[in-house]
Amino acid sequence: MRLSIPLTLSLGVIVVAAAVACGGKPATPPAPAVDSTAIRDSIARAEAAARAREDSIRRAQAEAERIAAERRRADSLAALASETARVAGMLGEMIHFDFDKSNIRTGDAAMLDTKVAILQANPMLRITITGHADERGSDEYNLALGNRRALAAKEYMVNRGVTADRIMTASLGEEQPVDPGHTEDAWAKNRRAEFAVTAGGDQLKAPAGM
Amino acid sequence: MTARRLAWLLPLVWGGRVAWAQDTVPPPREGVRVGITYRPGVRPGLLVLGAPPEPVLDSVRAILARDLDFSDQFEVITLPSDDSLVVGIQRARGATPDFVNYRLYGALGADFAVRVRRTGAGPLQVTVYDVRGAAVRRDLTVALPAPTDPGFRLQVHRLSDDVVQAATGARGIAATRLAFLQGNRVYRIDSDAAGLQPLSPPSGRTFSPVWAPDGRRVAYTEFRPDGGGGIYVQDVASGGRRMVPPTSRGLNYAPAFAPNGRTLLFTRSGEDGTDIFSYDIASDCCLQRLTVGRFADNLSPTMSPDGGRIAFVSTRAGLPQIYVMASDGTGQELFAPFDYGVTGSSNAPEWSADGASIAFHRDVGGSLQIFVMDVAGRTVRQLTSAGRNEDPTWAPDGRHLAFVSSRTGSRQLWVIDLETGRIRQLTRGAETRLPAWSPRID
Repeated sequence: MRLSIPLTLSLGVIVVAAAVACGGKPATPPAPAVDSTAIRDSIARAEAAARAREDSIRRAQAEAERIAAERRRADSLAALASETARVAGMLGEMIHFDFDKSNIRTGDAAMLDTKVAILQANPMLRITITGHADERGSDEYNLALGNRRALAAKEYMVNRGVTADRIMTASLGEEQPVDPGHTEDAWAKNRRAEFAVTAGGDQLKAPAGM
Repeated sequence: MTARRLAWLLPLVWGGRVAWAQDTVPPPREGVRVGITYRPGVRPGLLVLGAPPEPVLDSVRAILARDLDFSDQFEVITLPSDDSLVVGIQRARGATPDFVNYRLYGALGADFAVRVRRTGAGPLQVTVYDVRGAAVRRDLTVALPAPTDPGFRLQVHRLSDDVVQAATGARGIAATRLAFLQGNRVYRIDSDAAGLQPLSPPSGRTFSPVWAPDGRRVAYTEFRPDGGGGIYVQDVASGGRRMVPPTSRGLNYAPAFAPNGRTLLFTRSGEDGTDIFSYDIASDCCLQRLTVGRFADNLSPTMSPDGGRIAFVSTRAGLPQIYVMASDGTGQELFAPFDYGVTGSSNAPEWSADGASIAFHRDVGGSLQIFVMDVAGRTVRQLTSAGRNEDPTWAPDGRHLAFVSSRTGSRQLWVIDLETGRIRQLTRGAETRLPAWSPRID
């Protein structure tokens, strides 16, 4: 808006210059060479100034647009990131198991269904499921038990349509407790399967309706 | 105990002649030892003879006496301080340095006596006396490294094993080590709890160490960041190691060497479940799957010393129990009997070096306890009941087991002697688990 006054002025200069340039042919004898050069120079300067002003206007407008676009992109990136974080959070939610068991609890099946939907909404996504055990069983046996838990979670998801090669499995037995305590509460937390993104997790889309 | 025994013996023997006080202490009958822990027919007494103080020989005698005690084969009798009693008696009688007072040693309860001597910086001269037979049982000459040499203690342990052999006919287990897990790292310790040092590299989460039959190599699992794990065979002296099989899939663990040292058995957990494999580490080839557990896990193999059979854990009947198969995987059958629905989980079998027994642990009322099965009769007996006790591993003598016990509140290694039932704590400090007892280290 501040540009409007110079704009008006420059337009005025152009009009004057044009009137001079297009003045009636027969009315005036050829102007002395010195005068006509001065006029042409003045016109050229005026035109250059006008162009410079127009350029600066365009640049300013472009800059404003760029900033706006950047803001829009940042906003949408932030939205994407927050969606990715939200989806990753749902994907990473652990499921838990009964003592020395590897069957999926009914309460945890819905969590696995969510993960299935996430995998289907994000075709490039690959995950690793790691099974864990509490400290009560035998150390070596617990690796086999953790493996069975990871396989049980994978089987559930494959049976609901996830391609098997998108899910890796691993076991850490009782080697990596989330709660180092020796109570039933701690053991219950440690009997779990964890879900980690191994590829394609940079941008995650939420499944429809989530 | 010994000091108390000597306290009342002192006035009796200090006359040049053993004179038993008739009224207060009955005279010992032939073949009967007098002592607070005396149990008829259990353990022969063994006297470690003293000598005037000399730092190196004192260390040797101290290590020797402890080794002989830990052998659980003798009632070890050590004399106080510099053994002034015996020396004094000998001097009083004007005896030569070689004088052997069999009568006195017998009166002290000894069936055997051991004398350790050295001339200058020469080799150790060790004599084992048969006190009852009043004769030299064995003369041993042992080159001894300087006490600062890392091989010093091991050499004394070998000497202890020679003394045990001279007295009993079978070698002792002092010159052995145990590997185990402390934190995430494999460590080793000498059989007498000295010389704790790490085996595996400082970084890396490791699991389930075992010794090769040569005692020079160990194998253990190192978890990979991607979730799997490879088995490394490591040279103990150099620390050099390699992964076997070289391109491992899945999680490989619970390795066990075949007695020939060429074949490595191990457990693999992966997409196909958990099963037992064998691999020829000498030729780096021939990965073979020995179990196919479609709906069951098979794990924790241990091979019989004749190489013919493999005991292992299987969940084919529900809870894990101990099974056995031929070394090629055929003829799989239940090994350690159990009552279905009653007996708890059984895990971690290890075959003894004499082939006669399998040690394992079993869940008894929610707590793990050590069991031993007699292979010939397939009868099991429970060895422990205090606290949680697990992962037994055999000493090469087939009568000692090390295991993990939480009886003091934290997981530590303990050693039990199956013949006497004596239990001693081996490790203290940081939590310690998954022990593996080495063969004799020559």
